[in-house]
Amino acid sequence: MNRSSLWMSVVVLTSAFIASTAGYVTAEPTERVIKITAKAFEYVPNEITLKKGELVVLELTSQDLFHGFNISDLGLRADLPPGKTARVQLTPDKTGDFEFHCDNFCGIGHENMNGVIHVVE
Amino acid sequence: MKKQMDRRQFLKLAGLGGVVFVSGLAGCASAGRKPGATAYDDFYFVQLSDTHWGFEGEAVNPDAKGTLKKAVAAVNNLNEKPDFIMFTGDLTHITDDPKIRRQRLAEFREIVSELKVTNVHFMPGEHDASLDRGAAFQEFFGKTHYTFDHKGVHFIVVDNVSDPGAKIGDEQLQWLSADLQQQDKDARIVVFTHRPLWDLYPKWDWATRDGAKAIDLLMPYNNVTVFYGHIHQENHHMTGHIAHHSAKSLIFPLPVAGSQPKREPLPWDASQPYRGLGYRSVEAEVETAEYVITEYPVLKG
Repeated sequence: MNRSSLWMSVVVLTSAFIASTAGYVTAEPTERVIKITAKAFEYVPNEITLKKGELVVLELTSQDLFHGFNISDLGLRADLPPGKTARVQLTPDKTGDFEFHCDNFCGIGHENMNGVIHVVE
Repeated sequence: MKKQMDRRQFLKLAGLGGVVFVSGLAGCASAGRKPGATAYDDFYFVQLSDTHWGFEGEAVNPDAKGTLKKAVAAVNNLNEKPDFIMFTGDLTHITDDPKIRRQRLAEFREIVSELKVTNVHFMPGEHDASLDRGAAFQEFFGKTHYTFDHKGVHFIVVDNVSDPGAKIGDEQLQWLSADLQQQDKDARIVVFTHRPLWDLYPKWDWATRDGAKAIDLLMPYNNVTVFYGHIHQENHHMTGHIAHHSAKSLIFPLPVAGSQPKREPLPWDASQPYRGLGYRSVEAEVETAEYVITEYPVLKG
């Protein structure tokens, strides 16, 4: 699978960057923001449906432990330190199911902390 | 050499285990002997892995409190004593409670103290070390990464679990690089890790985030073999000329990568108890840099 062709752009930003650019949000291209909460030991939501070609930003926030977010099929990942928000910007250009999981060992339920992104037409 | 040939002949005659894998570069290794060096002295060691002491789950292993003890007894009953024993991590099952973690490590240490072989090496798995960066493990077993030499083979224990991000880390990679620089390019090198160094199946955490850096450091060396655990089943893989061999678990088997949606333990089969569990011997034929791997069940069939 060609990662660069599947995901046109991916940007992971910290919450500090979000704050610094907050005043310019209305001037940026339309993007759908999906908030995801990470907590021991699940993502909420853990199933997300995106449309092929749409610009999406995943805003990930950990409520408790140092979690991770990894879509290994695509080589994308972010650290999720508690209390900070990571932004993953992406534009899928292929349909399919893409699993994500926590890749920072966080505790007894770590191995089942995962989810899936469905990309549809 | 004579001694080891006798042992292999015995294995074949007795039908024990079954020689399943010969790893190495036969025919390429004699160049590694330095002028004036003494003859290589072959030997064998035993690898045990993923004992997960403290795990409970009737549907997966109704003998969770007995399997490790049976394995210890089985190793003690080997016809020929191994030179040493290596535990490749996940000695204990994960707990969020530091007190229980230490209790499990203490109980594990007590059980394996029954091994007749006294030369025993340990390393942590993520269940032992990832929640406290190896602090409790070190209290019981010392360093999480180290080297030792045995009869012409240089053994390197690499810790890819104490960092909860499944990383070896730059500091340890620098240590590995410095150690390797002391080695001849034809040195016999065996690496022990818990997780695979290569990307076996990252979505199930069967990878090391910076494992490629370690492989890059090892690549210039002609005779490198990696033994690891973590995936609870055998897997044999080559990255270039470097062989990687994973070991079975002594608590529950896991499915083949991607063969089912989730990484759930395979259920216990009452008609074939302990199926998929076991340990292995590794016979080092040092001159040819070959390693003969023999798999053993927990109980003889």
